[in-house]
Amino acid sequence: MPTRVHVTTRINGEDYEFLCEPRQSLSEVLRETLGLTGTKEGCLDGNCGACTLILDGRIVDSCLVLGVEAQGREITTIEGLAGPQELHPLQQAFLENAALQCGICTPGFIMSAKGLLEKEPHPTEERIRWWLAGNLCRCTGYDKIIRAVMDAAQKI
Amino acid sequence: MANKVLVQKAFKVIGTRPIRHDGTDKVTGRAIYGGDVRFPGMLHGKVLRSPYAHARIRSIDTSAAEAMPGVRAVVTSRDLAQGEDKIEDLGEGAVNLKYLVDNILASDKALYKGHAIAAVAAIDPHTAEEALRLIKVDFEELPAVVNVREAMKDGAPILLEKLRTSAMGKMGDKPTNIATHLQFVKGDVEKGFKEADIIVEREFETATVHQGYIEPQNATAMWNTDGQLTVWCSTQGAFVVRDQLAKVLAHPLFKIKVVPTEIGGGFGGKIPVYLEPLAALLSRKTGKPVKLIMGRADVFEGTGPTPASFMRVKVGVTTAGKIVAVQGEVDFEAGAYPGSAVGPGIMCMFAPYDVENGKLDGYDVVVNKPKSTAYRAPGAPQAAFAAETVMDELAEKLGVDPIEFRLKNAAKEGTRRVDGPVFPVVGYVECLEAAQESDHWKTPLTGANRGRGVATGFWFNVGLQSSCNITVNQDGTVNLIEGSTDIGGTRTSLAMQAAEVLGLSAEDVKPSVVDTDSVGYNNVTGGSRTTFASGWAAYEAAQDVLRQMRERAALIWEANPDDVTYENGSFSVKGDSKNQLTFRELSAKLNQTGGPISASASVDPKGAGGAFAVHIVDLEVDPETGKVKILRYTAVQDAGKAIHPSYVEGQMQGGAVQGIGWALNEEYFMTARGAMANSTFLDYRMPTSLDLPMIDTIIVEVANPGHPFGVRGVGEVPIVPPQAAVANAIYRATGMRMTRLPMTPGAILHAKGVI
Amino acid sequence: MKNFDYKAPTSLGEAIGLLREKGERARVMAGGTDLIVQLRAGRFDLDLVVDSKRIPELSQLSFDATRGLTIGAAVPCHRIYEDEVVAAHYPGLIDSATIIGGVQIQSRASIGGNLCNASPSGDSIPSLIAYQTTALITGPNGNREVPVEQFCTAPGRTVLQQGEMLVSLRLPAPKPHSGAFYLRFIPRYEMDIAIVGVGASVVLSDDLGTITEARVSLGAVAPTPLYVAEAGASVAGRPATEATIALAAQIAKDAARPISDMRGTIEQRKHLASVLTTRALRGAIARAKGEHVNAH
Repeated sequence: MPTRVHVTTRINGEDYEFLCEPRQSLSEVLRETLGLTGTKEGCLDGNCGACTLILDGRIVDSCLVLGVEAQGREITTIEGLAGPQELHPLQQAFLENAALQCGICTPGFIMSAKGLLEKEPHPTEERIRWWLAGNLCRCTGYDKIIRAVMDAAQKI
Repeated sequence: MANKVLVQKAFKVIGTRPIRHDGTDKVTGRAIYGGDVRFPGMLHGKVLRSPYAHARIRSIDTSAAEAMPGVRAVVTSRDLAQGEDKIEDLGEGAVNLKYLVDNILASDKALYKGHAIAAVAAIDPHTAEEALRLIKVDFEELPAVVNVREAMKDGAPILLEKLRTSAMGKMGDKPTNIATHLQFVKGDVEKGFKEADIIVEREFETATVHQGYIEPQNATAMWNTDGQLTVWCSTQGAFVVRDQLAKVLAHPLFKIKVVPTEIGGGFGGKIPVYLEPLAALLSRKTGKPVKLIMGRADVFEGTGPTPASFMRVKVGVTTAGKIVAVQGEVDFEAGAYPGSAVGPGIMCMFAPYDVENGKLDGYDVVVNKPKSTAYRAPGAPQAAFAAETVMDELAEKLGVDPIEFRLKNAAKEGTRRVDGPVFPVVGYVECLEAAQESDHWKTPLTGANRGRGVATGFWFNVGLQSSCNITVNQDGTVNLIEGSTDIGGTRTSLAMQAAEVLGLSAEDVKPSVVDTDSVGYNNVTGGSRTTFASGWAAYEAAQDVLRQMRERAALIWEANPDDVTYENGSFSVKGDSKNQLTFRELSAKLNQTGGPISASASVDPKGAGGAFAVHIVDLEVDPETGKVKILRYTAVQDAGKAIHPSYVEGQMQGGAVQGIGWALNEEYFMTARGAMANSTFLDYRMPTSLDLPMIDTIIVEVANPGHPFGVRGVGEVPIVPPQAAVANAIYRATGMRMTRLPMTPGAILHAKGVI
Repeated sequence: MKNFDYKAPTSLGEAIGLLREKGERARVMAGGTDLIVQLRAGRFDLDLVVDSKRIPELSQLSFDATRGLTIGAAVPCHRIYEDEVVAAHYPGLIDSATIIGGVQIQSRASIGGNLCNASPSGDSIPSLIAYQTTALITGPNGNREVPVEQFCTAPGRTVLQQGEMLVSLRLPAPKPHSGAFYLRFIPRYEMDIAIVGVGASVVLSDDLGTITEARVSLGAVAPTPLYVAEAGASVAGRPATEATIALAAQIAKDAARPISDMRGTIEQRKHLASVLTTRALRGAIARAKGEHVNAH
């Protein structure tokens, strides 16, 4: 029976290497092995989006990506958004629009929204709601999240 | 229209919208939630749960699991001190200790599918999970009952052999599933109904529903060799966790430190302990830190959903539109152990109305489901679904506008509720009027298959104990230390209240939520109490800071402290325009004039203000599929004084959306054997962003005289009206009165006779 | 979940060799959005996961006016709906690809995987059937082709034998005046499993007044997605009107043999089979006429 696989990958613009068992998800590896706990886990079956990150330019549920699949790929997590002393416009917009209450879903929403605004810089409210439907929030009722994304779209 | 605040009194800081102090950490992923905690040498735990809804546990053999490579310890109920059969005051309300212990690890019986049987600690979570498969439990499956009416019948399977019905001070003498019968009576309902010209009587049912917080329960414990036990967990109440652990583990309270991490949602569901004692026991056995996190199915099956219910409501009115009698019989599923929120439910049921004659009966009934716990205004949403649907029907029969009907019968200051208390100043009328004046209400709804519904609700809000420390820094800023875990921005609302008193900006107050060793007792973040009661503590501490600062200024100026005033950010002596010091200037002088200044306050304020809400919803029903589309939603609520309006709006919007989910699609779907079939977010259907429009809000401010700034709790009442508002709108869109929750597409088609 | 080995072969031959050797103890993984969930839920244990995303034939997406559209089995949904050619010629497939899960799932989940997962309610399968798709399979005994409506044999089971894997799906080139449409009924607006799904395609006469051919397929009303040949046959040669559509809808309703479960009752599903077949045919006809319509 195999033990661990050696993986080299790029996360937030930096080279990483780690060992992981094939059964470990990417979210588990990020959180447990690499200490990047900004990516959250809410359901482990792709239904809540709390683990959303960007993999080779596309948003994915990292609980449904194997850690070994990170080999040779380019990953962006919530930890990779802000500059040394300034927040990404989405992060700033979430704060200014009070788009978080408990904040557990926030990293996932910001990563999903980033994926959207990179493809469509000026989405309509309907389009934003469709794109974000894979991210669950139980605190806000989504209103202020949608407004934050629309606000960020103006500023990016 | 979006959001409106009907400001009654303006302040400098209160009522503004600063960026929350913990915001940067939360949007960058730096904030540490319970699942993010990690320590060197940490072990990982998993829990074995009963596959049966009701079973005798004949034996548990953990030897194979203990022998598995990588496994370090296994615990069962043998490792827990058996709880005494007595009531303890833990958190919001009383808890029977024996039941609490039994819920943490089942002893002689498994009482629901998901009931914890054993816990394993291993070197990694996968190994722990595999070890669960090696634990051999000899179950004798028993007949289960998972419906409240079935559980109340003679001959129903009995869950707790020693349970007897407690009814109005008397104990029953035969085995039963009915734990309690409560009753409230006002006036004479029989006489009242005789006076009624129109009576509506209906029966209602609601299904089991879960709070649905996105972050699963978690706990990490380190039981040190000196007996110091430290627990890190996402909880609504670190002190309440400490209390529960002391009792459950029979360990001295002062040797336990609970460190509340950031918390990913609670809504009442993260008040009882589930994993904390297991983590502690496993840490004691292994000498290592042990972390447990629930999987999503465990959260649904092993924590505390809100009760399913059966209700019968009868209301009588005169043709003049006056309610003359109200009657409610409410049966709540407590889950496996007694203690549902049937009491608060019936107390709130008719609270918005001034009625002379009322009779309320509540039954707390055990069933083979997880032990229920609070879910945002516990009991009130179920009760309001029934009562507000009947009120809507009566208004229609009277030919009266539903808001006008409520205005005619509205509870006000001086109205006595059926359950006894008399309302102080309350803002129900103001909310109804604001709803009438709203753009939503004034805009006619046009189009086929569409309907508009309105409903109202009440929640008491509580006070309870809070503590707060404030220290003054040399640069004129202050640190505010408090113990209320922050689920929705409360550390900022406390900072704003302190800032208002101190004449500082919100940014100059740095709030921290600390552990149980570092601040005085704080009751839970729940009951809509934090901004109110912890706010009181912050207010008192800030006042004490000012008092000390005035004394210090008096010292510097050789004046009488009583003559020193503080206005517009400056200290000065009455009648003396020469000597002035700003807060900042004075702060710089503290160390040279007697030392640093700090103040603390511990409070238990009694004047919590009840809150009323009025919700309006427009929706469309597809007549061929029964699917509902929410078109427009407005939530009106009396906040007393909105400290940070954005976060008050957030509570209103979030509660409304939870209510919409509860109304339309959320339920525990039970199999014939008493198991939850849909314990994933795929089939437990909470609203997504695509299911909703914007949620407009109108904040009414009728100040609560029991708080220095007029605050009323805001977190809970928003979940009370949505279910009935949606039902009333569906009625107008389809002609069908829905009396069962959830009102799924299939249920609507069935009500219409299409299927 | 129990530990397993992971291999990412770069050729079909290598992949087949691995599958043949491990039999039931190995499975192919494309997007992983079904497989990982099932492994985590303990539905089965595996010794080996064969990642198919590096095999060139499984990642192809190509269109040819004669041969039609070829979709590699591992091509994720997002590539399908971002492709202008696919959007222009196979909008019914886009209907499916945009509703399997949410965007995060669509970044990974493949139509091929959706088919091989063989859920009775798989959202891509009725539209593949409506498009008269052929599944291209390879294995130790060579290549074979199977019409998609025969591919699923029971919930979670397919015609794939030990060592075989799905390589690609081929959709014929669209005929003039043809259109297809897929829609499903779910209680929310996203993220649900279909209670009922219907894929329909039509070919209209040159004057757009008559249906010359039609195919109707139902999802979530039987152990496997159904190809209801009689529904299509009943409308062939008839005018493209509501009355004709109603005929097909009734046949579809009669052909549906659903169960009652936590997602829907038999009565609800049969009723919806009729309603959705009506709406799917209306949509297919509109598209065949060159109109631009949205499924959701």
